[in-house]
Amino acid sequence: MTDVYIVGIGIHRFGRTENLSGLDQAEFAIHAALKDAGLGWPDIQVAYGGSDAAGKADTLVTQLGQTTLPFINVLNGCATGGAALFGGCGAIRAGDADLGLVVGFDKHPPGAFDPKPQDWGLPAWYGEVGLMVTTQFFAMKLRRYMDQHGITTTALGRVAEKAFANGAHAPHAWRRVPLDLQTILNSPKVNDPLTKYMFCSPGEGGVALILASARKARQLGRTGIRIKAISMRTRPAGSFEVFAPSLDLERGGSATEIASRAAFESAGLGPRDIDVAQLQDTESGAEIMHMAENGFCADGEQEAWLADGRTRIDGELPINTDGGCIACGEPIGASGLRQVYENVVQMRGTGGGRQVPRPVRTAYSHVYGAPGVSAVVILQC
Amino acid sequence: MSTIPIAPNVFSTDPELRLIGGRHRHSRKFVFPLPAAGDFEAVELPARGVLWSFTVQRFAPKSPPFRRTDPFVPFAVGYVELPGALIVETPLTQVAFEDLHVGLAMELTTIDCGRDGGDIVQTFAFRPSASAGGAA
Repeated sequence: MTDVYIVGIGIHRFGRTENLSGLDQAEFAIHAALKDAGLGWPDIQVAYGGSDAAGKADTLVTQLGQTTLPFINVLNGCATGGAALFGGCGAIRAGDADLGLVVGFDKHPPGAFDPKPQDWGLPAWYGEVGLMVTTQFFAMKLRRYMDQHGITTTALGRVAEKAFANGAHAPHAWRRVPLDLQTILNSPKVNDPLTKYMFCSPGEGGVALILASARKARQLGRTGIRIKAISMRTRPAGSFEVFAPSLDLERGGSATEIASRAAFESAGLGPRDIDVAQLQDTESGAEIMHMAENGFCADGEQEAWLADGRTRIDGELPINTDGGCIACGEPIGASGLRQVYENVVQMRGTGGGRQVPRPVRTAYSHVYGAPGVSAVVILQC
Repeated sequence: MSTIPIAPNVFSTDPELRLIGGRHRHSRKFVFPLPAAGDFEAVELPARGVLWSFTVQRFAPKSPPFRRTDPFVPFAVGYVELPGALIVETPLTQVAFEDLHVGLAMELTTIDCGRDGGDIVQTFAFRPSASAGGAA
């Protein structure tokens, strides 16, 4: 497989930025990534990008310059960033380009997401009776999992506590104030067993990455970080996804499990080879379930892992070192690339107060989006 | 004042209350609700099952589409496993939130969910089985 290198990274801070559109935040991130790579916009030969709710990525050429490059728009829910990176890597591996841009951005209004039944192929009554609510799905997948594998609400609190502690050290994070466990556990319930501080909030932000072929990376003297493996998968039969009026009795696996196995196989690595991981944490329980779905522990072991602090910055497998979606918020199009950005920061050793205190040579990121899309990226240096 | 179902082909009340699902003619798998298109035959689903998972909706869903009543009252929703058929997503009723647990025996009922003109709109829901202690 032809290697693809990450030679530049840029981010517009997450949270709320009143005067900038989502596209403006994307443009900011792209300029930062180009500067980081020591390149100009005319050097970029192909681009993949997307947002869920903040406009079409390819319109950015108006501001960036009409160089006539191919610019592909991507729309895969919370997995948009991972999907854009998957596309960008493909173009470089195929030899169509030596330098590519991948960009993800978003800007959501405050409050829960507002999906429409008809957009999901569902009857109107499904929304009328109060089932068209994404947070219900997360809570019910989690409740079932907790019941089957002995996970407690304290463990849910510990994930959020870690997220806010890490986010406090990430300049791009939205929530930068640590919260103690009791405050998290005692905050108002949103969808039982999940409380307010265990959920991410829809937000804003933009992230850009510059990809290079091996030849170009050598030319630039930037062969430090390469994409060892990238996989993207859609849901298998019997998976449990958002907005499902009914489920098969015969339960199946998840898109995450399949994407994770494919990435490890392609990389020739296993979960024990990973130094740091960024896992989709739409809420605390998602991080817990994704620890097992990505193969880092067996179902149920998360309880002890969290009690022992094994996923903290100074633990044996630091998870969501910038506070993840819980501390950074969830601009749908941007989050998947934020994870990769954070892994590059950790590999460069420039994480400041959130830097993992030992060399990070292999870094893992995982996104999951509705209705059952997952992408996994493994970086190596 | 009369009652009307929230939509046609969701549940039937004659001779008894049952959800209307679909069964694929080839794979024999069950789905709910009955798809408008495709190779499905309409089937009545079992009226009793066990609670598979649940949550409490503490905030008011966006309205529309939600038929909101004022003031908003939190409600429980869940998935109920109907033996031999499927697992159905449903509002839960007549149960204290703290009594909800995976494995609770449940049965089909209806609840009012607002009005259309002079008619009371009804939808399906599940409640704990009347036959306390009975097998699902």
